[in-house]
Formats: sequence, structure tokens, C-alpha cells
Amino acid sequence: MSLLQSTQFRPDPSASTTRRALLRAWPEFQNPAAWLVALILVIMPLIANGFFLIEIFATTLILGVIALSLMFLAGYGGMVSLMQLTIAGFAGYMVAVFGMSGNANISLGWPWWLATPMALALATLFGTLGGALAVRTEGIYTIMITLAIGAAFYYFTNQNWAIFNGHTGINTVATPHFWGVDWRADIAFYYVTLGVAAICYFAVQYVSRAPFGLALQGVRDNSRRMAALGFNPNAHRIAAYAFAAFIAALGGVLQVWNYRQISPGSVSVGACIDVLIIAVVGGITRPIGPFIGALIFVLLRTFALDVLIKFGLDGNRFRLLIGLGFLAIVFWSSDGVIGLWERWRRRNSSSTRRAGGGRHG
Amino acid sequence: MARFIERHPAWALIVIIAVAVLAWLVFAIWPPGLEAAIGRKRVFLNAALNGITLGGLYFLVASGFTLIFGLMRNVNLAHGSLYLFGGYIGYAVSTWTGSWILSFIVAFIVVALVGVILQLAVFRRMEGQDLRQTMVTIGLSIVFADLMLWAFGGDFYQVQTPSWLIGPVQLPLLTAIKSSGEPVYLQYPLVRLVIFAASVVIGIAMWLALNRTRIGMIVRAGVDDRDILAATGVRIQLVFVLVFALGAGLAGIAGVVGGTFQSLSPGEDTRFLLASLVVVIVGGMGSIPGAALGAVIIGLAEQLGSVYIPTYAIVVTFLIMVLVLALRPQGLLARR
Repeated sequence: MSLLQSTQFRPDPSASTTRRALLRAWPEFQNPAAWLVALILVIMPLIANGFFLIEIFATTLILGVIALSLMFLAGYGGMVSLMQLTIAGFAGYMVAVFGMSGNANISLGWPWWLATPMALALATLFGTLGGALAVRTEGIYTIMITLAIGAAFYYFTNQNWAIFNGHTGINTVATPHFWGVDWRADIAFYYVTLGVAAICYFAVQYVSRAPFGLALQGVRDNSRRMAALGFNPNAHRIAAYAFAAFIAALGGVLQVWNYRQISPGSVSVGACIDVLIIAVVGGITRPIGPFIGALIFVLLRTFALDVLIKFGLDGNRFRLLIGLGFLAIVFWSSDGVIGLWERWRRRNSSSTRRAGGGRHG
Repeated sequence: MARFIERHPAWALIVIIAVAVLAWLVFAIWPPGLEAAIGRKRVFLNAALNGITLGGLYFLVASGFTLIFGLMRNVNLAHGSLYLFGGYIGYAVSTWTGSWILSFIVAFIVVALVGVILQLAVFRRMEGQDLRQTMVTIGLSIVFADLMLWAFGGDFYQVQTPSWLIGPVQLPLLTAIKSSGEPVYLQYPLVRLVIFAASVVIGIAMWLALNRTRIGMIVRAGVDDRDILAATGVRIQLVFVLVFALGAGLAGIAGVVGGTFQSLSPGEDTRFLLASLVVVIVGGMGSIPGAALGAVIIGLAEQLGSVYIPTYAIVVTFLIMVLVLALRPQGLLARR
């Protein structure tokens, strides 16, 4: 259909083929809603003030990036990994250890442009090694092993004082300053997170349609058949872990710049599970899901207290609300909020079609 | 045993040497050179005994976890919450009635009932969907953790040890010989020994129940192939409920035990969930002897590690898990 239209309106064949190829690779470019969301996100600093910009939207984007790495593994690879936040936390710790911070006896004081790539590389390595361990088992075992890795890292950061500074963590981590811009100032930082989130989103979208992503989905659906076709399922899985680890590491670096401190509390088991909740509530079949889930989570976390108190309830029961919401989503929709939305739209469209058909008859 | 030696002579040799070294470390009087290198024998023996008794506690938690997984393929990530809930129940009962034994019985019954409700109301509706069940248990653990925080607050609780169990007991293990030639024996808290003995008894009882009774036969058959078992006319749902109740009840008992020789506070649920995960990964999913072996290994590693390499104790536990996964991904004593 698009072929017909484009040949009608654009006689130049080479331009139309490139355009078609682009549209096939990026169907979201055709969706007006996507353009609208992108526009709103870009002009957000005009709409929102500092609190909303950082506490809500930048935090959402950061959590969304970390949850996106889980979505990539779970959605395309069929591996539910609970250690994505651990990888992010590891990257954050590495930024604090190699870069500059208030704990001068631990931090090595490297400039940010050296410390950040180092942190990303080490965290990716960490995630790849953890993935190599986790692919030795399948299905629900993966959850258990990655949870064990995450919990072990949490207890390790609590016990270790030489590198991770025990349970106090590392405080006043330095953030980048260059070209005369303080990149941790509200608006600049918002654009940094937006840029990283956009790159990660499109990278995941691209990889999911690239040969590697298709092979990974084949491994998810039937690893034996893929092995018979000459693919190496475990190599694909480990590569997926590496890719996801890099995305999670980006999220972790942003997170440590956002809070300017990191402590074992940032990598606790509860936080690891929060990332799973974000991804599952948003929906793990599409890369947009984690960002929706993160927005819901951040809004709940920020405003649940006030709302609960307004209704005369105990404001501290925020986690109860999150848990119940998560249970409800898992019970009624296998695909999170996206799944609910799609089911609602399908029901609507089928009912209008039925109504339309009735009129014709 | 003989077949194991025949098939893996190198491993058998390593195991025999390790056991011999351990036996020598426990029973011999250490020469001064060794004491200078790694510290007093009393410290070592205390850590080893602490490790073994902690292993008993881990076994109580992990055996229920592994039993539920083995039969129902349900990774119950709310198991730690059941543990903590059992501990709080035990604390409430023992402060209210003053009876330690009664607190065990009540904790077992109440937590087993919670398990029955969970199985009937939640897991039965999503049978065969492993991942979804696991997600639900994650959600439940969050809800339970918050409800318990609501009810009991963030304080530390400790279940009162009964008076007849307080105090140390002398063990027939030499720690040193005084210069006057008088032997010094090891003193060790009685309550930990009693609890360890009880967990051994429970373990043997479970083994007997699984291997010598009709119900046990049904459960074992269900672990192997629950579809065929259901096809033979066994009321498998009833067996599921019973096993879930037993597993949850064991977690409840373990909670009282943990509350007696450690303490109860929010966060303990995650700790014991992690412990049972690692124990079960090391020992082999769904295997009771595996849970016992894994529990002792992890308990010993944790205690000896925290005495000899304090900042890296958790790494030792983790390394054991990595080693097992690398060499024998299904776990030490799993059949498949």
C-alpha cells in the first residue's frame, strides 16, 4: 500500500526506495502520536519547572533506561534478569571510584571523560560475566541466579570498605563540567538524559529488527531449532546480556550523576525488584513499555504519600500500593499497561466495525 | 558410594582428603605453628559449629522451598516472607503464653494455613505458567513485607530462649591443653545444639516420609511427572495443597528458630530468601538431601568466611555458587 502511494506522489524512484526502506526500519516515524510525544519531551523545560523536570521526568527516563535493558533481555531473549539494576549500580560505583567524589581516600580522581568510559566498560564486562553464568540455566532458574548475583553484590557493597565504602557509600560524586556548561544543572541534565534515553530506545528498536535481534528472538522461541540451523544460542544470549549490560550501565552513570551519591541502598534487592516491576507493569514486548512503567512508578512514588494522606490513610503504605498494583497487572494482563491499552483499543475498534457493518447490512 | 569412587576417582580422593583434614583440625590439638598462622583452635571450632548450626536453620528454610519447587515448579520468592511471618507469630505467641514449644506449633499451623490459602487462591489459577507464578510471588513478597512492617514496625525482635536451654554446655572436643597438663574443653551454647538436632530430626523425618510412606511415594512420583500422576487418578490438587502447607509451615518453624538464635527485623525475609536460593542452587533444585548438603556448605562458608576473611565472606558464598554452576549446573545432588 505504501508502495502504491509513494510511486504516485514521488516519481523519483531512488528517493522513494530510500524513504520506504527508512519507513520499514522505523515504523514509528509514521505515527503522529510518537511525533507528538517527542515534541512534548523536547520542549518539556518550557512546561515543567526544576522539580518536575528532574524528580519526575529525568528520573523516569533514567529508570526507564535501566528497565529497558531488562525489557530487551526478557522481551526479545526470554531471559528475566533481576541483576540489571546491579549492573547499573556497579557502573555508578565505578564512576564514583574512578572519578572525583567527597571520599578522597577511595576515589582516584580521574576526569569524567576517562572515568565514565571506564565505568561503562567495566559494568558491561560485569554484566557479560553474570550473563555467561546465568545462561547455563534456563527459564525461572535465570531469575533465581540473577537475583542471587544482585543480592550478593548488595551484601558485598555493605561489607566492603576498601572500594565501596561500606554502608555509607560514596557521597558528593563530581558531575561533568565542560564547554562552560554545568551538565548537572536542571535543564542541561534533562537533555542529557533525554538524549541517552532516545539513543537507547532507538538502539533497542534497531537491534530488535537487525539480524542479531531476529536470531535472538528465534533463540527465545526455539533454541534447539536455532542450534540446528547453525546458530549458537548461548553466544547469542551472552551477546544480548552484554548489550543490555551496556544500556543498564548508561542508566547507572546517569543515576549517579542525578543523585550525586551512591550507597548499598541504591543496589538493594528491593530496588532490583522495582526494575522488574517497572518493566512488567509497562509491558515487556515493546521498548516503550519500560518508560511508561517508569513514569507510573515515579508518579506513584512521588505522589502516593500525599494522595494516601488526603484519603485519610497512612502515607507510608506506598510499597503496599505498588505491590498490589503489580499483582493486579500480573493477574489480569500478561503484557502490562501496553497490553491493557491494546486490548481496549481492539475491543473498541471491533465494536465500531461491528456497528458499521450493521449499518451497511 | 562405591560406585561414586569408581566413577570419579579424582573427586573421591579430594573429598576423602578434605574430610581427613577436617577431622584432624577438629580432633587434634593444634601445633603452635598452626595456631600462629590461623589463630586459636577455639575460634575455628566455634566458627565451624556456628556454621553447621546455621546450616541447620538454612536447611529448614530451604527444604520447604525446594519441596515446593520440585513438585509444583513454583519458585516461591515469597518464601522469605513466610519465614519472617513465622518468626513474628512465634514471637507473639511466646511473649503472650511464655511457652517456647507452643510458639513452634502455632507458627507452623498459621504459616501452613497461609500457604494453603496461597495455593488455593493464587497458584492454582495459574498452573503451568512458571514465570507468571514467580512474578506473583514477587508481588506477594512486597505486599507481605509492607504489611509486616506496618504491623510490627522496624524494630528488632528476639524470641525468648526458655530457661532450660540457656547457657553453655561442655563438648568433648579439646581446644587446648594448659601448661599444667589440664585439658580445656569447648563450651558451646546448648540452644544452638538442640535446634540443630531438631533440624536433623526434621530432615530425617522428611526423608522417611518421602521414601517410606504412600504420600511420599505420590510426592516423589509428582516430582518426576505430575501429568502422568494426575492421569493415574491421584487427587493431585490435594497433594499440591499438602506439600505447599508443609513447605510453608517449615518456613514458619524456621522463622521461630531464626528469631531465637538471631533476631527478627524487616530485611531478614530477603536475607533468608537469598540463603535458600543459594542453598538450593548449590544442592540441586527439588532435592531434599541436596538442600541439606547445600545448607551445611553455605552455613560453613558463611561462618568460616566471616571469621577468617571478614570483608569478603559473602564472596566466598557466591564463589561456591559460581563453581557449582560452572561444573554442575543442575546442582550437586540433583538427578538431572
